[in-house]
Amino acid sequence: MDPLRDDYIIKVKEVRKSFKTVQAVKGVSMALPAGKFVALLGPNGAGKTTLVEMIEGIQKPDSGEIVIAGMKWKDNEDELRRIIGISLQETRFIDKLRVTETLLLFASFFGLGKKRVEEIIELAGLQEKRKSYVVNLSGGQRQRLALGLALINKPSVLLLDEPTTGLDPNARHEIWDILKRLRSEGNTSMILTTHYMEEAETLCDHIIIMDSGVILKEGSPEQLLENESGEKTVEFTLDNMLIPPDINQPGMPFRIIREASGEKARVMVRNLDTEIPLFLSFLKEKGLRIKHMECRRRTLDDLFISLTGRRINE
Amino acid sequence: MNNILRPYQLLQLTKAFSLELLREPGVLFWGILFPVLMALGLGFAFTKKPVTLRKVAVIETASHADSSVKSLPFHKWLEINSIKEAGKKPVDYSWKAEFKDNQLGDYIFLFYRMEWDEAVVMLKRGTVSLMVDDSGGKTEYHFDPLNSEAHLTYMKLAALAGDDSASVAGVRPQSSVRPMTVPGTRYIDFLLPGLITMGVMMSCMWGISYGIIEKRSKKLLRRMVATPLKKSHLLMALITVRIVMNFIEAIILLLFAMLVFDVKIQGSIMSLIALYFAGNVAFSGIAVFVSSHTSNTEVGNGLINVVVMPMMVLSGIFFSYQNFPDWSLPVIRNLPLTIMTDGVRSIFNEGAGFNEIFLPAAILLVTGTLFFAAGLRIFKWH
Repeated sequence: MDPLRDDYIIKVKEVRKSFKTVQAVKGVSMALPAGKFVALLGPNGAGKTTLVEMIEGIQKPDSGEIVIAGMKWKDNEDELRRIIGISLQETRFIDKLRVTETLLLFASFFGLGKKRVEEIIELAGLQEKRKSYVVNLSGGQRQRLALGLALINKPSVLLLDEPTTGLDPNARHEIWDILKRLRSEGNTSMILTTHYMEEAETLCDHIIIMDSGVILKEGSPEQLLENESGEKTVEFTLDNMLIPPDINQPGMPFRIIREASGEKARVMVRNLDTEIPLFLSFLKEKGLRIKHMECRRRTLDDLFISLTGRRINE
Repeated sequence: MNNILRPYQLLQLTKAFSLELLREPGVLFWGILFPVLMALGLGFAFTKKPVTLRKVAVIETASHADSSVKSLPFHKWLEINSIKEAGKKPVDYSWKAEFKDNQLGDYIFLFYRMEWDEAVVMLKRGTVSLMVDDSGGKTEYHFDPLNSEAHLTYMKLAALAGDDSASVAGVRPQSSVRPMTVPGTRYIDFLLPGLITMGVMMSCMWGISYGIIEKRSKKLLRRMVATPLKKSHLLMALITVRIVMNFIEAIILLLFAMLVFDVKIQGSIMSLIALYFAGNVAFSGIAVFVSSHTSNTEVGNGLINVVVMPMMVLSGIFFSYQNFPDWSLPVIRNLPLTIMTDGVRSIFNEGAGFNEIFLPAAILLVTGTLFFAAGLRIFKWH
């Protein structure tokens, strides 16, 4: 995406941010088209949160420029706060405040009242919990409340930092359902950080893969998973033994990527017809017996591994 | 929407923080019941007429025959004025003398028959504070003159035993004693203003400071200011809730003390309210300043204690600060808690009004405002 085009609601140019010992974000440029959902995908420590918090106006970049709906944070804080909805990583609200009271409090910050609170309760599926103290909500309910609070001002820009981290699959799908509905309405642009590939793939139009403060690759899920090199992934395990660490040898026509545990490995092959027989005879030569072998669709995890040599959740 | 006040925000924030406070059951106990209990306990402990019990060793050497002892001067007095006990259990003393005194409180002396060496050990242990030896035909009192309690026991006993030396000390002469028990001079009159002002300090420092630090560490502050909320409103709401609660606490404590101890406000009530409010402003400002930066509740704990502890000890809450060294008094007198406490005391007990409290109230207001402004400048919202 070209950050200079005008139909982008968020434009980030060459943004850098360092803390005492680490360079968290090392010159990142990105853009968010209006009405689209973008995922920042990367492992812990990739710089996703720092980047999002700079966009949220919570942290100031050391250098670079951030423009949201044509405005910069410096002179338009009040205006920007009105059009942005955010959910931070692990926010705890006032324990002994009920769900409706919490929503009413945040609504008042935007000059909104009970009517909007009722809409949000419905939207976040918290009807049965409206009178519960926040402290008594489950993890999923609390995240739904956080999402509801982010949506209270009908934001045109939604920034969510790991909205489903630590939730069980059920609770995660409930959050996804809310976001999918929002996406279909088309009035909201969203940036979401996550380290769940499935989340990025199901919810977002565009995925930006980050690691160590830089963008490694970006594109639509289809573009990213498309095989520009034509490589296919074949996963295998060995009979009764772990995969030896020195399995890769120079001059092989294929690459073997071994998992850290050594239980599994994958071979990237271009041509199944010719390379699989080569691979099998290679194993035979080494005296290794294959137990299980599976050819499967490439995933974002495979992509991340091919980019960094590490798994995303390692 | 850059107007200075957004009343709806302020109202909702105040409501939320009030609910947060009221739903914590501990608040009711520590904020309201505890000060009342403290006033009750300390008030009664120091206001009730005391019954003083003193233990005295009477020297007898084993060689003394019972009959020869009786002729000694102190023993003669004992025969007349005390009840002789066998010295067996359940009582271990030899004589007991009770003296009723409606004005200064009753005195009970317990006398123990002992040899000199044994008596010295008892004295060292603090079991007895005074030794009486009349074996030489003349009553001698032995005690540590630096121990004021022993000194007092000596004067009282010597006066009762009709010893001439005691009249020199001024206890026995014909001049009469007028105990000060009119309102305004009792310990409870001294204590109550201190309890009220200490309550303000504690409530502001722990309530506001700790509240802010906790909200920061929960990332709630950061989340709340990521909206068009006016930042100052958040602090104003926290402070308003505290001050209102402090007023309620103080009124309850005051009514209680009026009812139970007959405490009276001799000065102007309006000036008391003004000074009380100024004190609240001072400590709210200090509380905001103290909590302006840290998000670590343990660091916060330490910071709050650094402010609270010295003032609790130095500002004369429980006992007058006049006994501290002279060089320290100018510092002590200018601590916010001392300024407030001295002012409140003067209204309660000396009938002070607006003229007397104008200066202290102004100093407190300025202190609070300065600390609040400085705190806000360096305040860390994220």
